Amino acid sequence: MPYDPSADVIEVVRQPRRGPAAGAYRIFGETLRGMKTTLARVVEGPTTIQYPEEKTPVYPRFRGRHKLHRFEDTGLEKCVGCSLCAAACPADCIRVVAAENTPETRVSAGERYAAVYEINMSRCIFCGYCEVACPFDAITMGHDYELSDYTRSDLIFTKEMLLAEPIERTPLRTPGE
Amino acid sequence: MIGLADVNYFEPWWAQLVKAVVIFGVVFAVLPILTVYERKLLGRFQNRYGPNRVGPFGLIQPLAEIVKFAVKEPFRPTTSVGFLFRIAPAIAILTAVSALALIPWGNVQDIFGTRFGLYGIDVSVGPLYVFAMSGISFYGIMLGGWASGSKYSFLGAMRGAAQLISYEVSQGLALVGVVITAQTLSLTGIVNAQRGMWYVVPQLAAFLIFMVASFAEANRAPFDLVEADAELVGGYFTEYGGTGFVAYLFAEYVNMIVIAALATTMFLGGWLMPFGIHPPGWVDPIIVAAKMMIFITLFIWIRATLPRLRYDQLMSFGWKILLPLATLNLLITAIIVA
Repeated sequence: MPYDPSADVIEVVRQPRRGPAAGAYRIFGETLRGMKTTLARVVEGPTTIQYPEEKTPVYPRFRGRHKLHRFEDTGLEKCVGCSLCAAACPADCIRVVAAENTPETRVSAGERYAAVYEINMSRCIFCGYCEVACPFDAITMGHDYELSDYTRSDLIFTKEMLLAEPIERTPLRTPGE
Repeated sequence: MIGLADVNYFEPWWAQLVKAVVIFGVVFAVLPILTVYERKLLGRFQNRYGPNRVGPFGLIQPLAEIVKFAVKEPFRPTTSVGFLFRIAPAIAILTAVSALALIPWGNVQDIFGTRFGLYGIDVSVGPLYVFAMSGISFYGIMLGGWASGSKYSFLGAMRGAAQLISYEVSQGLALVGVVITAQTLSLTGIVNAQRGMWYVVPQLAAFLIFMVASFAEANRAPFDLVEADAELVGGYFTEYGGTGFVAYLFAEYVNMIVIAALATTMFLGGWLMPFGIHPPGWVDPIIVAAKMMIFITLFIWIRATLPRLRYDQLMSFGWKILLPLATLNLLITAIIVA
């Protein structure tokens, strides 16, 4: 038996229904339906976050500006100047110059310490590899994301800036959020 | 000599001047607030705030914009026709403002012993004058588009002109139904004829036709093909910047006010309150303004709701549906009244 395609053809109407009643409904009924939809958006209220005043809370694992840490009991720096973070950095934005700890000046808990520790924030891609590479958890990613500045050199964060307690400008998400 | 239109009630010349200045001042004080009202409401319809930075609730926003527009460099394309290019926005805004004179804000009031009509002038040709003005405003659009010497402006102007002409017919015919019911062409007379019942009830069809035609007449969404930015950049005012652009923008808003006022006067009983409430005379303009706000809000609401029509849809809707409907409505009204 030869294949008859007409049996499988389903008639599909690709135009609105004709006639004065259908037309009047299209003009006024559908318009009213649309107006109801838009009014529902007014009732919902704006979903805008008024940024500088109101900030989106970040998740605990948000990768923002880096922080360097000290031991809480002794106050010594955790960083021993091993440069593993600089080696791990794909953007090559970390510069570490290590120096030996001496009995007179003890900066870190290990043998050596970072005499210079700089992160160029204009190059950093916030991948968090430095945090992973660090054997002493000396560097972690913070929550601060407001890093704009007027000159490029201002975006090179020194060790003092990274060690200092950041001004917590970014709210953290509560578990319920 | 052919007699000019009768003027039903008029004051001494100084009162006419004062009234003209007051109406002009009040409307142009309200206009910037209207622009910010539209943008804020439109924002709400789209789950956002709209302008809210300049001044309390963003109310100073239009001031900032006007200053910005006013200090812009008045440039024009090399292909443009200088004189017409400059005069076209002026025509647009002049005709829009002239129509304001007819809006009845209230009945004749006794203020400090002098009797003032709370309207610019009460002539016996009311709606005809408004239509005449919107007929001339067509030149504002047409000349603006043509004198710009740009194809986008020209296309936008052609569309605007065609749209204005085709919808003005239906709009006029819808109003004729009201006029023959009221038996007068004076706008205050029409309001006074609505003491028993607002014409929105017996003339519901005319009201709906008038509203739809008005959206097209004011070049508002969903009939804003004139300024269809997706295909025509900006329509007839593509080449205008600075004050010329502001003139066209304000003309559009004044047209919106005039149409809202016309709908209020013709269908919603002007300054009359329903259920036989008779407030003191000074409330009249507030009632008219409140009723006009309903229409202006509707304009904005529709703009937030409906997508723009296609050009052939616009034309076939105007000529094939709206015009026969308006004619039918006129015929039925005429038979019932006569």
